Amino acid sequence: MDDIPPYPPIDPTTFDLIVIGTGLPGSIIAAAASTASKSVLHIDPNPFYGSHFSSLPLADLPSFLSSHSTSPSPPRSVSSEEHHDFSLLGLAARPIYSSIDISSFSPDLIDQFSRKFILDVAGPRVFFCADKSIELILNTGANQYMEFKSIDATFVGDSKGNLLNVPDSRAAIFKDKSLGLMEKNLLMRFFKLVQGHLADEQDVKISDEDLQSPFVDFLNKMGLPPKIKSFILYAIAMADYDQEDTGVCGDLLKTKDGIDQLALYNASIGRFQNASGALLYPIYGQGELSQAFCRRAAVKGCVYVLRMPVSALLVDKDTGCYKGVRLASGQDIFSQKLILDPTFKVTLPSGSSPSPPLQAKLPFFSPKDDRGKVVRGICITKTSLKPDMSNFLVVYPPRSLFPEQVTSIRLLQIASNLAVCPPGMFVLYISALCNDDDQGKKLIHAVTKTLLTVPPPINSESSAAVQIKTAESGCAVQDETAESGSTGPSDPGEGKPTLLWSALYSQELTLGQVDFICSTPMPDGKLNYDDLIDAAVKLFKEIYPEDEFFPQTSSENREDDGDGDAFPET
Amino acid sequence: MHGRPRKASKPEDEAASTAKAQKLRALQTQFFSFHHSKIYTKEAVELSAKLLEINPESYTAWNYRKLAVEHYLSQPDCNPESVKSVLDDELRVVESALRQNFKSYGAWHHRKWVLSKGHSSIDHELRLLDKFQKADSRNFHAWNYRRFVAELMNRSEKDELKYTEDMIYTNFSNYSAWHNRSVLLSALLEKKAEGFLLKENLLPEEYEFIHQAIFTDPDDQSGWFYHLWLLDQTVTTDHPLLVSTWPAHGSDVFLVGDRCQNGSFSPFTTVLSDSGSFPIVLYFNQPVKGVSSSTVIIECGFNKNEELLWEPLSVSNLQTAQVWVAHLKFPTSELDSSVEISVGYSKEIVSPRGSQYSHPSTFSFKVHVQPVERDSSRVSVAENILWREENFKAYRAQSEESIPIVSFDQLCIKNGHESTPIVSFDQLCIKNGHESTASNWQTEALAKEVECFRELLSLMDCKIGKLTLARLLTAYDVMSFPFANKLDEYSSVLLRKMTSSEESLLQHCFQYKDSVSSAIGNPICLRLNNLSLSRIRAFERLLWVQILDLSHNELESIEGLEAMQLLYGLSLGNNKLRSLTALEPLRKLKSLRVLDLSYNQIGDHSIDTTRYLCSSPLSHSAGSELNDVALINYWEAFYMFKDLKLNQLDIVGNTVADEKFKSVLVKIMPSLKRLDGQLLD
Repeated sequence: MDDIPPYPPIDPTTFDLIVIGTGLPGSIIAAAASTASKSVLHIDPNPFYGSHFSSLPLADLPSFLSSHSTSPSPPRSVSSEEHHDFSLLGLAARPIYSSIDISSFSPDLIDQFSRKFILDVAGPRVFFCADKSIELILNTGANQYMEFKSIDATFVGDSKGNLLNVPDSRAAIFKDKSLGLMEKNLLMRFFKLVQGHLADEQDVKISDEDLQSPFVDFLNKMGLPPKIKSFILYAIAMADYDQEDTGVCGDLLKTKDGIDQLALYNASIGRFQNASGALLYPIYGQGELSQAFCRRAAVKGCVYVLRMPVSALLVDKDTGCYKGVRLASGQDIFSQKLILDPTFKVTLPSGSSPSPPLQAKLPFFSPKDDRGKVVRGICITKTSLKPDMSNFLVVYPPRSLFPEQVTSIRLLQIASNLAVCPPGMFVLYISALCNDDDQGKKLIHAVTKTLLTVPPPINSESSAAVQIKTAESGCAVQDETAESGSTGPSDPGEGKPTLLWSALYSQELTLGQVDFICSTPMPDGKLNYDDLIDAAVKLFKEIYPEDEFFPQTSSENREDDGDGDAFPET
Repeated sequence: MHGRPRKASKPEDEAASTAKAQKLRALQTQFFSFHHSKIYTKEAVELSAKLLEINPESYTAWNYRKLAVEHYLSQPDCNPESVKSVLDDELRVVESALRQNFKSYGAWHHRKWVLSKGHSSIDHELRLLDKFQKADSRNFHAWNYRRFVAELMNRSEKDELKYTEDMIYTNFSNYSAWHNRSVLLSALLEKKAEGFLLKENLLPEEYEFIHQAIFTDPDDQSGWFYHLWLLDQTVTTDHPLLVSTWPAHGSDVFLVGDRCQNGSFSPFTTVLSDSGSFPIVLYFNQPVKGVSSSTVIIECGFNKNEELLWEPLSVSNLQTAQVWVAHLKFPTSELDSSVEISVGYSKEIVSPRGSQYSHPSTFSFKVHVQPVERDSSRVSVAENILWREENFKAYRAQSEESIPIVSFDQLCIKNGHESTPIVSFDQLCIKNGHESTASNWQTEALAKEVECFRELLSLMDCKIGKLTLARLLTAYDVMSFPFANKLDEYSSVLLRKMTSSEESLLQHCFQYKDSVSSAIGNPICLRLNNLSLSRIRAFERLLWVQILDLSHNELESIEGLEAMQLLYGLSLGNNKLRSLTALEPLRKLKSLRVLDLSYNQIGDHSIDTTRYLCSSPLSHSAGSELNDVALINYWEAFYMFKDLKLNQLDIVGNTVADEKFKSVLVKIMPSLKRLDGQLLD
């Protein structure tokens, strides 16, 4: 980082808005602002789009994670040259990831394909066919830059390694072989009740009292058996926390919200003719989404500069108001508004005491209370978890793996037909909310132990060491692993897929901030992007209350009836 | 495609449709002029294509194209290549017409017509169908066409079955798919294809399958329809079968006019007929319809021109009955002729559930007509049968005689030139023994269904579920308890046993006195009195009976008696008949002359619950008789007796039989000579 390549100067030097970081919320805001005829400069210190929302080649992932894991060296001393009008506020990277654990059980194989894996940093994540993000993509025309494929199915897993089909539609209930006739009847009637309620049919209206009650109480009231309750709560409404244990439930779902989730799921099924299920995944990975919005912004005149670190913020000496940024190239760029990636934190210039106006604003600089963490795991296998199926979602409801499991664990298997891995290989994304790293690890390990054969580690635990070793040791290591590799897969524990490579890391959950400085949120623990999009809209409204967020233009980019082949499969 | 609300048309739409109509009208005028002058030039044919593309419903245009194709094919210079291209053109026109309206009858029919010419490749058809069935999976035109194509391609039923299954998995609200499934399964069962040999293996799986649909969404009707079909398949026994006839196969029938010569003929098969005709009775194992002069062919040496009128013998007026009768006229001159009757060589005889009579059979018998010397001096004052014990003497069979029922074991199926008996007496016995007790799998299947739907109804209120449960319970009751009570079961078993062999039957055969002077001849009287019978069964063995004594039994009903078309004398004395309407079967007995109803309970109960089943005087269009007030008050009597030609009636010992009633009876039946033993003027 000390070698800063010469940067060409940016012209012009004044913008309406500067967005730092090409994560999804930042990209959306950049596109929205450009669409609202603002001049926007969008910069990212990384050489790629997407920041913490990106999809990276396997070879690049470990370094990206570790570069955001420890506090880097203190910010280069903000140049002591004093500006007459401005104070300089240093920007430091905030550590985002912790407990990074990367293990390779078949380094030769992985090395061979390391560029052919494109791994989502913030996985597992999907779209619901009818969710806000898909609406936004269609509304903005970002769909021209993306292609999607349907996720084939959703399963609920148990501790024995079984994957039960989630009967999420009328046809699926009919087909399901694990449900009894009575259960089918109960479930379908519940779906109908919800549909009737949503369609505003008078005689099936769910009472307000029920709507305000916890969803789980409502399901109990409907007489649904535990198995079906669990399907609805965790595999359709995608609740994160144990809904039956109010002591540990961080987020008790209300009936109203539960029904909204069911409505979303229901509207998603069959929305697109060529999408069989409710869920979509973008070809080439989730990173495509941020990039699509960046392209959208660029079309509207947004200026993009990658590989451009920002070294300091410029604030008005007297008022403490934001004025502009100082780039790593030394150039000062000015703008009225600033949107900051959550990985930066503002440091006060050492030595000089801040001016009084700035001091008044200081409390806001401290990071917000964190909302716990999300633990993420990425696994690579050579066999699908479910024969004859490529892309699917597995949900492990709370307590399904071990009694202390208080959050849902979600797993997404993606196959090579989504162009994120070589043919015959599979990428599994796993995530769960957790309070601390140890708890998080336990959650991911519970899943991998249930579903996969984990060969004895051939490398040391330390992630950094693994990286260096596998990267440097060359032939010798390869031979060694070829041997162990030959014994590993030949000993398939009860026919489970064998783990070839895994990455495990905890990620901070920081919310977007609307304060003295606006900053975007980190990827959350949800399955889709809706909360992040809400945050982006909120930020946009904050900085441009007068402007419309992606005003509806003529139907040039929007298909007429909304049910055409909006997403041609490849 | 379904459940889309109709939108009010916008003004611009209306303008567009006016323009379209105008264009269409011009096209049509031009088309008709070509059509009328039989012009089949390229230009003319293309015009019709254009017309059809706009309006696929134009049948004339389709027919014109057929004519054009035929015209082209009749040209001397056409070769296979060009024929194929002409027909391919037709297929293209159909396809674009279907794109306009995929429910156009004319277009689909035209396509069938083209394909049945046999020059076009049919590989493309399934792909086309997939497209249409994807657009609307319930499009019955496409399903119809699919069956046509599948047959043309010789696609196996199993493949098609798999296809319907896939369609059902996609969306089980699909009448067409379920229907197609029932069609395919019927075909496979019929063929006894591998794995489809036994209903008892197949149906439980199908029940399981349909339960998934019904329980998932009881409000969806398509599943219930299929369930109804399954229930039908469960309760239907086999195909209809002819189990008995009169005259029996191989028998000699002696027909005499007004009265009999001496008893020189078999008392079993000598029939007195004063109408110049004799009945032919067909007795099936279950009610059938479609018995007519086209399905039953009669060849005989006499009476060649007359078409027989087959009449269903059932109390209801539906054209469905287990027993059918026709009356064949015979000449008055002496005659020995054989009669051959072929049943079911055409396919129209079917059970109400639709299974076909599929065992074409032929039976023949000889008819001997005796000319009659009319001797008016011996007119029948003495036609009185006194049902007294001493008047009957046990019949001793002559060695060469046999009861004509036995011979129906020779009922033949014509198989090329060979004749093979299809039903032997023994087989019939076995069959009848099992007739009333359903095989286990059927009752088990029904019991399981009953339990299943009780469970459904315990969960939710569902009208069609209740209806189905009622149907199931009714079917289950009939199957597992075929008898209303123990007494009926006893009667049935007893009668079956009695009629099971010639020997046991003979023990109940009597002759009336030994009087040769009787004008009724000397037929056998079958005496089944004093047996505590509550029901009569085994009619198929009793078709030949002319005099039947059922007195001193427990009969409340004489259901089924209408099959005994030869009955001349019948005693029902000392039974438990409660109403005149219970006598309904008698109305079908054209030969009945002597009837004993004495000492029953007719009129005991002021409320006759069955009378409402009879036609009422109000709905009756009868003319003058009804002017008599008395007749209206005695409507049941009028209704029951007016068509009977009784000579002798005993009705004493019934509450109803007061003097007034008797006088009404005399009025209704001018033929009556004796009432309660008293000679009438």
